[in-house]
Amino acid sequence: MEKFVPVQASILLTDVADLFVFLLRTIKETFSRNFEFREFLRQCFQIGYKSLPLVSITGIIEGLVLTIQSRPSLLKFGAVSMLPGMVAVSLIREMGPVITALICAGKIGSGMGAELGSMKVTEQIDAMEVSSTNPIRFLVVTRVLAATLMIPILIIYADALGMLGGWAGANIKGDVTLVLFFTQAFAHVGFDDLLPAVIKSFFFGGVIGLVGCYKGYSAGRGTESVGIAANSAVVLASLLVIIIDVIAVQITDMFT
Amino acid sequence: MNRAQTENKASPETKSGEAAVEINDLKKSFGTQEVLKNVSLRLLKGENLVVLGRSGMGKSVLAKCIVRLLNPDSGTIKVFGENVGELNRHGLSELRKKIGFLFQSGALYDSMTVRQNLEFPLRRIKKDLSKKEIDEKIMKVLEDVGLPDALNKMPSQLSGGMRKRISVARTIILDPMLMLYDEPTTGLDPATSDEISALIDDIQRKLKTSSLIITHDIECARATADRVIMLHDGEVHLEGKLEAFEKSADPLIVSFFKSSHGQSHK
Ligand SMILES: Nc1ncnc2c1ncn2[C@@H]1O[C@H](COP(=O)(O)OP(=O)(O)OP(=O)(O)O)[C@@H](O)[C@H]1O
Ligand SMILES: [Mg+2]
Repeated sequence: MEKFVPVQASILLTDVADLFVFLLRTIKETFSRNFEFREFLRQCFQIGYKSLPLVSITGIIEGLVLTIQSRPSLLKFGAVSMLPGMVAVSLIREMGPVITALICAGKIGSGMGAELGSMKVTEQIDAMEVSSTNPIRFLVVTRVLAATLMIPILIIYADALGMLGGWAGANIKGDVTLVLFFTQAFAHVGFDDLLPAVIKSFFFGGVIGLVGCYKGYSAGRGTESVGIAANSAVVLASLLVIIIDVIAVQITDMFT
Repeated sequence: MNRAQTENKASPETKSGEAAVEINDLKKSFGTQEVLKNVSLRLLKGENLVVLGRSGMGKSVLAKCIVRLLNPDSGTIKVFGENVGELNRHGLSELRKKIGFLFQSGALYDSMTVRQNLEFPLRRIKKDLSKKEIDEKIMKVLEDVGLPDALNKMPSQLSGGMRKRISVARTIILDPMLMLYDEPTTGLDPATSDEISALIDDIQRKLKTSSLIITHDIECARATADRVIMLHDGEVHLEGKLEAFEKSADPLIVSFFKSSHGQSHK
């Protein structure tokens, strides 16, 4: 039992070190010529559009639940008018980015892990290589960039739907018009709430794409490694999302 | 070093005796398992060389070393006079453009349709082809493998044998100078097998390609082989004409031919 934690930690550390090497390879290929634009667009569609239903539902429910839960406490202090502002700030600063990123780590990270993992196991990646196509450039760079771009957009979209959900939640027990709700909400939201959230969203997106590709690309031989790749992609991506969030909070805190 | 290459461009009708692939003292192990212990062989230009060997004897590993999908532990591999192990990434990529590789598993891209699978190498390697030329090539090659209707299907909608034939099509569509076929006829019925063997032979005669054909199928070997090599225990066990193999009294080879006969007459 004593040994348990260090072993886990060392596995995690080597994993992160390998991930870093993989990141360097990816960056190197990103800045070489012949960018695979078509595959990039296809991935943007896959990642962005195909995740919309899931992200929509979680976004709305986030806002709804947050409002319903906060209302009684605010009522105690006689500060119900603060409700829209509070919901907006917590959604935009924290809940929206982190929950959406975790959902995406599950959906997109595992999808990439499984897809690239099965391509690796069935020698499709080798086949690309002998067709003089650099698989890192074709498969990994496009996916990582698409995730880096699309996940922040998904997060902002989830924030917006979360606000709508919040408005619906506020209307269960009270009566607020949409315009009033949003006016009150945005009175409390500033640029300094939005900017750090957007910046960290890009990191979330990048890390989800990178981990998904890394786990898939380094899958072993045999079909069971596809499942392992998908599973460990979700685990590592979620963990890194949380870690990035902690770091991001520290950094934003320094500037406010 | 470049002589072989330039000569080959000038006249595809190369003299016999010049090697397309030359392997010397190749060794490759995985962990403690020595797969290839000491393999030396020459594949001459314009020749069909059949590689026989039991399952797990490292035939696929040998083929992958030739295109450097696997790095050998020691030994040299020269393809068209160039030492594969010493090439940089650009050189390797240029060399690979001249090589067709049929994976044992087929390795079709399963997120792409059959058409996209065939287009993929074409668009990347023969960049000057027009859309019309590409379409013509695709239809031609699909007819060659007997599957003109498969054009817009996904690999998952095809049977195992059909997938194999599409992968053969994807390999030959580039008209490469060197072909490495890893078991082109396994999993096919005898009639289709014969068609594919005939196709391989046909390509070699028309285009003067050099081919390395890994197979267990004696009928395929009979239809295609100019020369045969038997891999066993990480070494070249016997090398010669197919007739010599069939007459051989070596128990290993006798048992191999006997069991293969049993299979092909099933
Ligand atoms: N990438 C690899 N990592 C570890 N071991 C490998 C790898 N590739 C092949 N091997 C091992 O090398 C040995 C030879 O494999 P190979 O696929 O070359 O056999 P083969 O002669 O092609 O057999 P078959 O006729 O069944 O295809 C096997 O024992 C296999 O487990
Ligand atoms: Mg094999």
